[in-house]
Amino acid sequence: MLKIEGLSKAYRTGDVALSSVSFRVPRGQIVGLIGPSGAGKSTLIRCINRLVVPSEGSVMLGEIDLTRLGQRALRRQRRRIGMIFQEYALVERLTVMENVLSGRLGYVPFWRSWLRRFPPEDVRRAYALLDRVGLLQHADKRADALSGGQRQRVGIARALAQEPDLLLVDEPTASLDPKTSRQIMRLLTEICAERRLPAIVNIHDVPLARQFVQRVIGLRDGEIVFDGAPAQLEETTLSTIYGADDWQAMRREHDEQDDAEPSQRLSGAEA
Amino acid sequence: MSETAYPSTWRRPPRLVKHRGWRWGLWFGVLLYLVLAAGSVEVDIARVLSGLERGQRFVSGFLQPDFVTRWSDIRQGLIESLTMTLTATVIGILISVPIGIGAARNLTPAPVYLLCRAIIAVSRALQEIIIAIFLVAMFGFGPFAGFLTLSFATIGFLAKLLADDIEEIDARQAEAIRATGASWWQFIDYAVRPQVMPRLIGLSLYRLDINFRESSVIGIVGAGGIGATLNTAIDRYDYDSAGAILLLIIAIVLVSEYASGMLRKYLQ
Repeated sequence: MLKIEGLSKAYRTGDVALSSVSFRVPRGQIVGLIGPSGAGKSTLIRCINRLVVPSEGSVMLGEIDLTRLGQRALRRQRRRIGMIFQEYALVERLTVMENVLSGRLGYVPFWRSWLRRFPPEDVRRAYALLDRVGLLQHADKRADALSGGQRQRVGIARALAQEPDLLLVDEPTASLDPKTSRQIMRLLTEICAERRLPAIVNIHDVPLARQFVQRVIGLRDGEIVFDGAPAQLEETTLSTIYGADDWQAMRREHDEQDDAEPSQRLSGAEA
Repeated sequence: MSETAYPSTWRRPPRLVKHRGWRWGLWFGVLLYLVLAAGSVEVDIARVLSGLERGQRFVSGFLQPDFVTRWSDIRQGLIESLTMTLTATVIGILISVPIGIGAARNLTPAPVYLLCRAIIAVSRALQEIIIAIFLVAMFGFGPFAGFLTLSFATIGFLAKLLADDIEEIDARQAEAIRATGASWWQFIDYAVRPQVMPRLIGLSLYRLDINFRESSVIGIVGAGGIGATLNTAIDRYDYDSAGAILLLIIAIVLVSEYASGMLRKYLQ
């Protein structure tokens, strides 16, 4: 479905964020992208929908090379790529419904979006998605009136409103508490399974990634240093990705969280 | 551990002028200049006294304002001023929104940005009275020149503040809308407008206030409105009518200030 080859990004300042990254994601697979901050996770997923313009390499979504498109064609392809953000990135002064419908912007002409006259099937789909993420009764609230977990659900609904062929998820749980984080990850995995959607999830929380994703790619200094099933992730690999000290500290922190809520962990494991 | 004799006094090191002598010298120079400058102003006691006397007459006129004698003039002036203010504000807003968008570095390519910033710079560089003098010379006395002056001044004010506000929008929200495949206009509508609208409304109401106050000033150089009426009244030594006009201006400014404050609070 998605084929990335030799993808590199060097910023104008000379910082190399990615150097020759290649991998493929088949339909329905959830890939967790792990690595310390500054490893290039964020840059990598932004190079896919060209919020960041890559310096070299190709990104094939189906048969189309996203790196070679003009502005108009790029917008058409962006519709096929849903994106979910750290800190939700909802437009705070718009209503929940407007935020979900904004996922349709690439499909409707300007006058429809301006007058908020979306086609009936778009509106129906938006309601269905809000129902799916459990926020149907909040449709007319302003986005900034919701809690963190609710906002991220709206973010998910907005991405799905695009009817995407690929989900890019940037640190979906970074600003959520551990319990809500798991709920959000569970919702994401369920939805990807329902729709056979491939997803790339940037996640720095390794235990959470292990719990929910089918494949892990480890980045360090812009290069892939691990690619395999979560079970294959060993202490030594994680120490290479994160550096020994940081990895130990992260693991201790997570154990403490788990001790605090054992029941959550069980229900998480079931899912 | 050995005992070290740490100093017990500390003074903030001088930042600007390091040398002690120079510091004292500079202070002395400034003082000397002030004394000499004050000495060069000619104070004519006789003129001060007659001025005070006229001031007294003015104050007494102000205390006994005469709304009646010149009411038709005052009324016409007020209507002219209010019309001028409102139309100039509306037209000014309509023109400054596109210019403001064009002058936001994060939305537009460099040539458009520079052009729009240049328009703003010209509008802001020229004070209202100077523009009014030019436009009165071009289009003759009366409120039309005033309307043009205020519209022009509004553009500089609103477009600059709007552009600055757009440049400070939350980049994450903007990125999220861009990622949906939205076109440029949809991006403006969904990512930019919701973030800047409350401030734009607040600024517009504030500009309405300013424009009314300015309309009474530019009237003095011939651009019509209540300022022209006030000028005439003072020229005729009609201090009681002038007092009435001043009271009306103060009242209207207070009312509009209060009303726009309420409206802004409601919109937040």
